[in-house]
Amino acid sequence: MTSAISVSGLVKTFGSTRALDGLDLDVRTGEVHGFLGPNGAGKSTAIRVLLGLLRADSGTARLLGGDPWKDTATLHRRLAYVPGDVSLWPNLTGGEVIDLLGRLRGGLDRARREELLERFELDPRKKGRTYSKGNRQKVALVAALASDVELLVLDEPTSGLDPLMEAVFQACVREERDRGRTVLLSSHILAEVEALCDRVSIIRAGRVVETGTLADLRHLTRTSISAELVSPPDGLASLDGVHDLVAEGHRVRFEVDSDRIGPVLARLVAAGVRTLTSQPPTLEELFLRHYQDAR
Amino acid sequence: MIGTLHLVRLALRRDRVLLPVWVFFLVALTYSTATALDELYATPESRVQLSVTANANSAFLAMLGPLHDTSLGGLVVWRWGVFGGLFIAIMALLVVTRHTRAEEEAGRTELVGATVVGRHAPLAAAVVVAGGASLLAGVLQAVALIALGLDASGSFAFGLATASVGLVFTGVSAFTAQLPENSRVSNAIAGAVLGVTYLLRAAGDAAGEAGPAWLTWLSPIGWTEHVRAFGDDRYGVLVLPLVTFAVLVGVSAFVVTRRDVGRGLFAARPGPARGTIGGPSGLAWRLQRGSLAGWSLALFAAGAIYGSVAGAVGQMVEENPALARIVQRIGGADAMVDAFFATVTQLLGLVSSIYLVQAVLRLRSEETSLRAEPLLATPVSRTGWVASHAVFALAGGAVVLACAGLGLGLVHGLRTGDPGAVPRLLGAVLVQLPAAWVVAGVALALFGLVPRFTGASWAVVAGSLVITLLGPALDLGRWVLDLSPFSHVPRYPDVTLGPAAWLTAVALVLLAAGLAAFRRRDLTT
Repeated sequence: MTSAISVSGLVKTFGSTRALDGLDLDVRTGEVHGFLGPNGAGKSTAIRVLLGLLRADSGTARLLGGDPWKDTATLHRRLAYVPGDVSLWPNLTGGEVIDLLGRLRGGLDRARREELLERFELDPRKKGRTYSKGNRQKVALVAALASDVELLVLDEPTSGLDPLMEAVFQACVREERDRGRTVLLSSHILAEVEALCDRVSIIRAGRVVETGTLADLRHLTRTSISAELVSPPDGLASLDGVHDLVAEGHRVRFEVDSDRIGPVLARLVAAGVRTLTSQPPTLEELFLRHYQDAR
Repeated sequence: MIGTLHLVRLALRRDRVLLPVWVFFLVALTYSTATALDELYATPESRVQLSVTANANSAFLAMLGPLHDTSLGGLVVWRWGVFGGLFIAIMALLVVTRHTRAEEEAGRTELVGATVVGRHAPLAAAVVVAGGASLLAGVLQAVALIALGLDASGSFAFGLATASVGLVFTGVSAFTAQLPENSRVSNAIAGAVLGVTYLLRAAGDAAGEAGPAWLTWLSPIGWTEHVRAFGDDRYGVLVLPLVTFAVLVGVSAFVVTRRDVGRGLFAARPGPARGTIGGPSGLAWRLQRGSLAGWSLALFAAGAIYGSVAGAVGQMVEENPALARIVQRIGGADAMVDAFFATVTQLLGLVSSIYLVQAVLRLRSEETSLRAEPLLATPVSRTGWVASHAVFALAGGAVVLACAGLGLGLVHGLRTGDPGAVPRLLGAVLVQLPAAWVVAGVALALFGLVPRFTGASWAVVAGSLVITLLGPALDLGRWVLDLSPFSHVPRYPDVTLGPAAWLTAVALVLLAAGLAAFRRRDLTT
């Protein structure tokens, strides 16, 4: 499988701040790749390096087989970008901006443009300064989605969109994937990531700390178990992989590393199980764990 | 009005460098003008001599106004009064827009307006800060003159007269901030009003007593002349600017209650659903054309007005035999007309550099507002993007200056019946272009090399203005004069092209350096 984006050991400093600290990232061709991390982790910096807007201090980055700093113009013909903070020219209408960005990328699909305007319920005749945040975001989204490109780079594209528009956005991204396009999606909205992404990378303090499919990541985390037993359990606390054990007489509550569930359950069965509830890790827990470790 | 005090403190915190620099600059120039004039014209005879020449020379009259009093104070008023008022007005109008329309445009007024802050508080705070800074600058100028041993009443008349121009333009800017939704447009309208104010005064003064002197009564800068500081000290004239200020602020405060936050009095209309802009140059044209048209028109008008007074220089000399003898010694009436055009063409060149720098600075504002980012994420190259705006500085500068030259040449040609005046004066104005390019080159080099300090380009513009216009009178050293590119342009009617060639080369080197640096640097905000 080929890589649309492959980055290794990327470093970028701003004065004394190390925004990217040896970032590795691999986005395969044709996948929707989620890019997650707390505010200030370096997501936007990484994206700007990939777009040739910032120059990395060290490390290598390949984008669609080219060098993002040197081959900017040729690479930019093949990608579309939606910034997280869309700023429009105050006296240009949304329609003018969409057409301008489309032409600069080498033309856009007229029919698709009209269809997207309708689906996103965007009035293209309004001036840039009169759009709300969500509507400015839609202008950039329509321009990107109506362009004929191989790679979509979306930096928190749905901030400011209402839930209905969020659904339209998700449908559009699925269509893009079905057409074989690659999408790098930076996002904070876990439901969106869960619904769309084939694989995710979690970035923290300028470094990718976890990467893989959501199923892979779930394996790395813990399942909560609470049980009522026939006899008080012995030695549960000393078992590998058991955390935060609370025992009150015959009741126990604890968390267990997902790859250690087998031996722990065997111990519970030995003590006699009356009731048992097990809760798989939610994405929130997964991410909170990664995000909070940063502090 | 509740919360005004907090907003005043916020504004002072944000302008803690800007305002002191402005006030210091104004006071320092007043002080140094006075000491320089004291040395240059030490004897009463030399002052009388100066007043005869100054009041007979339309070029001096148009630029500086009449010299009413031959005391040192009178000389300071003549030399610095008009420009002091002009600079205080620029400070006031920029400060007001910065804290009213620019804040609304950025959405920060909304953030602040949702707290316990009255509807009128942002406007009131801006007026307090800009008006206060104007008054402070005026009073400190007076103190500086008193410290030099000048008459206290005259010093205060002078200080308050220049401050009054700041007050009027605090009001003008408070009003123009209500009109458009865009702070740039608001500044442009207020700036245009200031330009008209200066030109009305210049037209009224240029022909001396014989001319339409009543025009000066229509101009707030003209009012400062009518105060006649160090002469009659007519404090009563100051009622005019005070009333104007009060009316303008009152009207603005009324408009504030009639419009929504973030909207102007001119409502935005829906535009086309489809765009025809095809590339970076199309976009730059769209963004810059308004400013190009405005500047072309303004400089054509300025040229025409100067062209219309030039003829009066010759007439005046013929009517005054005593003057004619003096003038004969310096080369006759023709030489005086030439001297007038030498000053005017240089002035037009200097003023055009403001347009060029502003066109270059568009690049930086597009970058900091994050609008450059999505563009440069398309196949548009950095060189192409810079070129799309730089062409408005280089070629646009030529257009603006050509308009000035045409205005000057056409009107002077019509009045003297000499069609040859058109190409001659057009050439004389266009020969200023390479010097203006150098200033634009500095701006582009700053943009490429030290983007955070791109704003320092304005210091280069202001420095060139001060050095070239006031340098000779202040008796600055030759090397200081040489710092301004405009000092190297041949003086009319001399049109040797040598300096033009090397100034162009310097400008090109600066441009290339800026572009090369921009291609290598990060986009920053």
